[in-house]
Amino acid sequence: MSTSPSKPRPPRGETNDPLRPADHIDADPNAVTSPALGVVGWLRWAWRLLTSMRTALVLLLVLAIAAIPGSIFPQRSADPNGVVQWQTDNPDLFPVLDGIQLFDVYTSVWFSAIYLLLFISLVGCIIPRIKHHAKALRSRPPRTPARLARLEDHRIDEFEVPGDAATQAEHAVDVAAGQLRGAGYRVERYDGRGSFSVSAERGYARETGNLLFHISLVGVLVSVGLGGGLSYTGQTVIVEGSTFVNQLVDYTQMTKGQFVNESALSPYAMTLDSFDVKYQPYDPTGPASGQAGDFAANMTIRASDGQKSEQSIRVNHPLSLGGDRVYLLGNGYAPQITVRNAAGEVVFSGKVPFLPQNNATMTSLGVVKVTDGMPEQLGLLGFFYPTAAKLETGALTSVYPALIAPTLTFNVYEGDLGINDGSPKNVYTLDTSSMKQLNGGDTGVKAIELTPGGTAQLPNGLGSVTFENADPNKTPSPLANQSTDFSKSVPRYVSIQMRHDPTAIFVLSFAILALGGLLLALFIPRRRLWVRATPKDGRVVLEYAGLARGEDPQLGAAVTAFADKHQSTLSAADSKVD
Amino acid sequence: MSIADLEQLSRLTIWTAIAIYALAFIVYALDISKRAQLAVERKDAVVRERVLVGAGVASGDITVPAASAPVARAADVAPAPRNVYARIATSLMWLAFLFHLGGTVMRGFAAGRVPWSNMYEFAMTGTLLIAAVYLGVLFRHDLRYLGTFISGMLVLLLGGSAVGFYVAITPLSDPLKSPWLVIHVFVATTATAFFALACGLSVLQLAQMRRDSKRASGLEVKHSFLDTIPGADKLEGLAYRFTIIGFILWTFTLIAGSIWANDAWGRYWGFDTKEVWTFVIWVLYAGYIHARATRGWRGARSAWLSIIGFVAVLFNFTIVNMFFKGLHAYSGLS
Ligand code: HEM
Repeated sequence: MSTSPSKPRPPRGETNDPLRPADHIDADPNAVTSPALGVVGWLRWAWRLLTSMRTALVLLLVLAIAAIPGSIFPQRSADPNGVVQWQTDNPDLFPVLDGIQLFDVYTSVWFSAIYLLLFISLVGCIIPRIKHHAKALRSRPPRTPARLARLEDHRIDEFEVPGDAATQAEHAVDVAAGQLRGAGYRVERYDGRGSFSVSAERGYARETGNLLFHISLVGVLVSVGLGGGLSYTGQTVIVEGSTFVNQLVDYTQMTKGQFVNESALSPYAMTLDSFDVKYQPYDPTGPASGQAGDFAANMTIRASDGQKSEQSIRVNHPLSLGGDRVYLLGNGYAPQITVRNAAGEVVFSGKVPFLPQNNATMTSLGVVKVTDGMPEQLGLLGFFYPTAAKLETGALTSVYPALIAPTLTFNVYEGDLGINDGSPKNVYTLDTSSMKQLNGGDTGVKAIELTPGGTAQLPNGLGSVTFENADPNKTPSPLANQSTDFSKSVPRYVSIQMRHDPTAIFVLSFAILALGGLLLALFIPRRRLWVRATPKDGRVVLEYAGLARGEDPQLGAAVTAFADKHQSTLSAADSKVD
Repeated sequence: MSIADLEQLSRLTIWTAIAIYALAFIVYALDISKRAQLAVERKDAVVRERVLVGAGVASGDITVPAASAPVARAADVAPAPRNVYARIATSLMWLAFLFHLGGTVMRGFAAGRVPWSNMYEFAMTGTLLIAAVYLGVLFRHDLRYLGTFISGMLVLLLGGSAVGFYVAITPLSDPLKSPWLVIHVFVATTATAFFALACGLSVLQLAQMRRDSKRASGLEVKHSFLDTIPGADKLEGLAYRFTIIGFILWTFTLIAGSIWANDAWGRYWGFDTKEVWTFVIWVLYAGYIHARATRGWRGARSAWLSIIGFVAVLFNFTIVNMFFKGLHAYSGLS
């Protein structure tokens, strides 16, 4: 069907039409929307403006634009280190941009303002529509228009009929009404003034779907909002052989919503028995050399009810435990280190998690802090190279992430670790501001360099440091070199994230409802069909016409198809009578 | 045949497909100039009366069709007769598509997984789907006037990625080992294909509207191939229909991506760069759908939104993948 420019405007404002804002494309363009007098009038005008199509549209576009800076500037929520880096790189610009919250875009005042306005507009838009639609669902199809031929999609046929034309006409409309009802139309008969007609409407689910979609968006927003208050995310590090107990002190980091009750943490525990990882073979030219995969943290879990079980946490396969989801976030090496003082007493002993600086080679950085038992506090800044190799400059580097030639180096600092004032300190960083470097760097004293099982003297006769071999059966003999199997010489650790979000399931449910609503709203045509039979001089004039309510490209075809079907039923019945 | 051989063969096949797409582009361009010529020849625009006939009904009684004749634009009627160039070009598209499909399947077999896990492969599969959707839609609508746009885009995207993004096969990284890789990425790419068609139609719609408004203000309008394609209203309607299909697929992409993120990264939503852009695109197209329903925005403005939406899709695929930092670091480029 073609669209002719002088399309007759269909009747408006009928009770079973979906309610639309005044500036909707199908709404009456003559409705005046300028502010009326008085406070109430003005408020009403403002409210109509806020809930108009144009406002919703503009807010949507503004929301799209406002979201973009968060992908350009690092965000504190997603990439805190990136923010620090940005600040270091642009010290002058940083305070200005931070002032307009460009590093917290999605919690910023302006971003919140936009989505709150959209939210209000959305609610203000759907509430009257729900009321209206509830009424429309109970209403009957409207009276058949007097001049069906004025509608764009129509068809007129005239038949010569045997017998009484009026009876035949009524019969034809009966048949049409039955067929329309069968096709899912709601039908109403309007006979009289010398003709018989049926008015039919279908596709109420289009508006139902539209409302379901918009309501579900509100549902998603509310669930996400509640989730912020009810959820928590904690991180921790577990070294092979050690156990994490789900209590606040065992977390290295915890962010929680304001309604989270700390004492309500579900009492489970887990022990990291072993950690698996596979590395692609060494191939200095290939793109995948050393690529890691198939990570698995093999755990022994003690659930809240005391039940023990062995389970693996893998990427994409978090563990569900006591209402939490437990994720494998990262992994690294935790060399076992022993520090002794000059008297030979152990002043530090432990498996120290080293933070990977480069995932492809697993060159890692770690810190040992000796607080007591030494003349002054000691800090050891270590680098760990799973497969050490010498650069041309003589510096060490790692060329492969697996334990082939593990080497540990230390620079030793003496002085105040700065941890006595009780403020929390990052275990991976050493604050050297009030410490003196004793070896490495520019000190003229060589850095300590150790392989598994090795021990070295600390500078100034302070004592010794040992890099323990966790697999002592394979302690290398001084004669062995390449063939030594170091693969188990250094323990592994995993970083684990617990996430508790009781509203996530609601977010998902509303999202799926929204999708369902969208399918109904966009693909179910809402349309009216009319069939009128008028007896005229022993003949019957059959008129068919259709009217789209909203987007309906198939309407013309539907009118034709219905007319064909109707007439073939009629003629089939006729031939039987004949 | 070894894996490496298969990979090489795939590469060769893809290059063959690019060459044939380029050929199709040239022939489609010839088709356009032919259409323009035809338009001039049909100088006195034919205004055909289309008569809706109630005939053909096997009613035993006499049928007296009542004439009711909406006036149809010449352009709404079947396009130029004997569209030889368009037919040849479409055949070439099919041929190129088969090579393209072959190359993609071989890449998948060589890798032992779905062929969409780095930029080169995203581009390969994405353009394959654009070609598939275009060729598939041709069965229902004659959109061959979009052929130049589509084949040109395929040559640019596929050729560009074969030159700039090519990487040898590498094993999947852990987060990608998930059934969601198959579903989420595939649906997202299919959505892209529908958005691409819609964008092409919106561009043509704007061109038609410019001509219409020139004509309306009494200016002389040159005859061009635009005379042989549907009018602005019809183009807009078609663009809308493709967009809503794309929008629904995109909504699904958004949901599926969140489910996947919830398994892989420990949260369903974190405003990671790629998530931001998926959201921005979704909101832009929601804006487009609203614009279509808002007085003063249907027509040119909504057409612009459809174009902007698709530009954002392309931006998301190229610039964001290559230069923006984030968790979705799967371009395979370094
Ligand atoms: C949160 C932001 C919103 C989003 C993402 C959104 C999205 C959508 C989508 C996708 C549709 C198409 C579905 C359909 O046609 O039934 C739609 C339609 C519609 N929306 Fe919204 N919407 C939003 C807010 C609003 C607001 C605030 C209003 C009130 C002015 C509104 C009024 C409408 C109306 C009246 C339609 C029907 C359009 C038509 O007749 O085709 N929407 N919306």
